[in-house]
Amino acid sequence: MARDAKKSSAAKKGPKVVPAPAPSAPPKFKAVVTHSDELPLDKELLLSMHDTMVKARVLEERLIAMYKTGHGYFWIGGPGEEAFNVPLGLLIKKGAGPAFDYLHFHYRQSATLLAMGEDPIGALRQMKNTASDPYSGGRNFAGHFSKKDWNIVPVSSPIEVQYGMAPGTALVQKRFGGDGISIVTGGDAGTAEGDFASCLVWSSRKDQELPVLIIVTNNRWGISTPFDQVQGVERISDRGVAFGMRTKTIDGNDPISAYLELKEAFEYVRTERKPYLVEARVSRLYGHSSASGANFATSEDDCIPLFEARLEKAGLLSKAQAKAIREKYTEELAEMARQVKEEPFPEPSTIWDHVFHGEQGKDPLGE
Amino acid sequence: MANMAQAVRMALHYAEENLGVTDIFGEDVGAPLGGVFTCTQGLKTTWNSPLDERGIISMAMGIALAGGRPIAEIQFCDYIFNTIDLLKLAGNTHWASNGQWNLPMVVMTPVGSGIRGSIYHSHSFDASATHIPGWKIVMPSTPLDAYGLLIAACKETNPVMFLIPKALMRIRGAELIPGEPGEDKALSKMIDAPLGDRSKWQAQWPVLEDPGIQIGKAKIVRAGSQVTVVSYGRTLPLCAAAAEKLAGEGVDAEVIDLRSLWPYDWDAIKASIEKTGRVLFVNEDTEVTNFGEHLVRRTAEQLFFKLLAPPKLLAGKFVPGIGLADPLEMASVPQQHDVEKSIRELIAIQP
Repeated sequence: MARDAKKSSAAKKGPKVVPAPAPSAPPKFKAVVTHSDELPLDKELLLSMHDTMVKARVLEERLIAMYKTGHGYFWIGGPGEEAFNVPLGLLIKKGAGPAFDYLHFHYRQSATLLAMGEDPIGALRQMKNTASDPYSGGRNFAGHFSKKDWNIVPVSSPIEVQYGMAPGTALVQKRFGGDGISIVTGGDAGTAEGDFASCLVWSSRKDQELPVLIIVTNNRWGISTPFDQVQGVERISDRGVAFGMRTKTIDGNDPISAYLELKEAFEYVRTERKPYLVEARVSRLYGHSSASGANFATSEDDCIPLFEARLEKAGLLSKAQAKAIREKYTEELAEMARQVKEEPFPEPSTIWDHVFHGEQGKDPLGE
Repeated sequence: MANMAQAVRMALHYAEENLGVTDIFGEDVGAPLGGVFTCTQGLKTTWNSPLDERGIISMAMGIALAGGRPIAEIQFCDYIFNTIDLLKLAGNTHWASNGQWNLPMVVMTPVGSGIRGSIYHSHSFDASATHIPGWKIVMPSTPLDAYGLLIAACKETNPVMFLIPKALMRIRGAELIPGEPGEDKALSKMIDAPLGDRSKWQAQWPVLEDPGIQIGKAKIVRAGSQVTVVSYGRTLPLCAAAAEKLAGEGVDAEVIDLRSLWPYDWDAIKASIEKTGRVLFVNEDTEVTNFGEHLVRRTAEQLFFKLLAPPKLLAGKFVPGIGLADPLEMASVPQQHDVEKSIRELIAIQP
C-alpha cells in the first residue's frame, strides 16, 4: 500500500516556510508567501472558515470511521484540502441554472459543499449507500456528490472527464449573460489526461473565450505515484500560459491566501468572461482513498492546526475554543452516523429507475 | 425526393426552428463546408469545433447540463471510439444522480461501409452503441426515416445516438418529406450550398412538418408469411431487394426495418416470427457480440417453440478492418447475394 512518506517526518508544523532546495535535489515548488501573522480578513470570516474546516475534517474522519467499521464499502474524500475547499465554497454563486455557477467537482470536495451550506448527513448517507442518499440514492461512492439545485453536476470516478464538460456549461452561461461561471476541480495526476488539455483548448479559443475557473489541487500524488516521477512540468499552472490565460499557483494550505487568490480569480472570470487556471498546492492527509488504508499521514502539513496557531496568536481563538468546536462536530456527526445506520438500503427493484428521463423504470427484456 | 444528407439537414433546420436546438457542432460542421457529407449546410446554429472528439462529446454534455440542446457530430464513427467512457457517462448521468440530471443531447455520426472507405472510414458502431445503457439509438435506412427519427431525437430528453449509414447518404427516397418540393432540382437550389464562394449564400428552407415517427417503432417494409428478415441501415435495402427477388422464386419474406436499436420494437419482431417461424437478422457490424446476437438470444429464449428453423444472424466478418480493395470490402460485410443465400438456407430447413 502506498504511504504518504514523501516528506521528512520532521517537517515543521508551524507556519509554512518553504526551504531552499538542497543543491542536489531538484527544486520542488516555488515558494508562495503565505501563513504570515497578518490576517487580512474580517474576524467573522476567519472564524467561520475555521469552523467549517473543522466540520469538514470531522465529517471526513467520520466517513473513514464508518468505512473501517463496516458501514460503507469505500472511502474517498478531501481531508487536507479544507483550507482551499472552504474558501472556494464561500465564493461560489449558489443556485440552479446558468445565472449561477456550475460546479464540475471531483471527489475531494466535501468541505466546499459544507461551506456552501450543505447538511453533512447527506455525505454519511452516501457512505452508507442508503436509499436516502441525496446525491445518488445509494448508487455511488462517498464524495460523489450531485445536487441539481446548486448546479453540482454528478461527480464521477473517471479522472478528468469533468474538465471537458466545464466549457459546455460555460458556453451556455456566456450566452445567457449575467456573471455565472463554470468551476472545475481535479487533481494533479489527472492533468496528464487529454481532457485537461481539451479544457484549456476549448475555453481559450480566440474571441470565444469561456468563463471557466480551472482548478487543479496539487497534492503531488496519483494514488502511490509521485508527481515528479510522471510529469516534467514544475508548475501545472504554466500549462495555461501557452493558451494565453491568466494563471496562478497558490498555497492551498493557507485559507486566507486561498480566499484572497480565489476571490481575485473569481472576479476575473465573472467579469472578463475568460478562463483562469489556478493550481493550489494542498496536502493529502489520509492517502488516496480507503484502498491505501485511509490512515493519517504525519508527513504532510495539516492546514487546520497551522491556521489555529495563527488565530490563537492573533487572539481570535483559544486552544480551548478550538477543542470545543471539534468536540461539538464530533458529537454531532456521531449522532448523525447512528441515525443513518438505521436507514434502509434501496429496494432491488429500483435498479430500473432513472435509466431514462421521463419514463417509468422497468426491465426492458421482461415479459 | 430528398437524399439522406438533405433530409438530415432539413430535420436539423426543423429542430432549430421548432425544438430549441441551440448548437450543431463538430469538425467542419459549420460554414463554409457544412459537414463532410453536407448534412449541416445552411443552418443557423452550426459551428466548427476543435479536432477533438472527446472535447466534442464533453462539450455536448456540458451544454445539455446547462439547459442547452446540442447536436454533436463525430465526423466518422471510426473516430468515436476514444469517447466511449464519455458516452457511458452521458448514459449514466440520469441514473447515477438518481434522477436529478438528464442530458437532452444528440450525437450523430456516419457509420458503416459502402464508400470504399478502407480501415478507418468503414466502421460500424451499432454493436458498441447498444452496449451502452441510457442511450436511445436510431439508424434510418430512408431519407424520410432519417428526417423523422432525427426530429424525434431532438424532442428527446435523453441522449440519442443517430447513426447515419453513409452508403445511403446520397440515395433518394421513395417518399416525400412533409414540406419538401417534389422536384429534386428545386430542392437542391433551395438548400444545397453552391460551389465556390458561399459567404453570401443562405438556404431557402421549405416549410417543413414533423412526420411523427417515434423512436422504438419498427416498420414493416414488405409483408410476408414464410420468413422474417430484420435489418436496419445499409443492409435494409439489400434485404428488401433480396426479398423481392426471391418472391419470384416463390419465397414470401417479411422485411422489417428496425429503425430504432434501443429501445427496439420487440412486439413487431415477435409478431412476425410467430407468423413465419423463421428469422434472419442482418447488419454489418462485426458478428461476435453483435446486436443481432442479442436478438437471436431473445428469439431463442422467448419464441423457441414457435420456430421452424434456428434463428440466424448475417453480419460483418470478425476481422480487424474492412480492406480497401473491392473484393475485400465485399467479402467483409453482407451483400445482397449473402442475404439471398441466408434466406434460402432458412427456407430449406424443415423441422
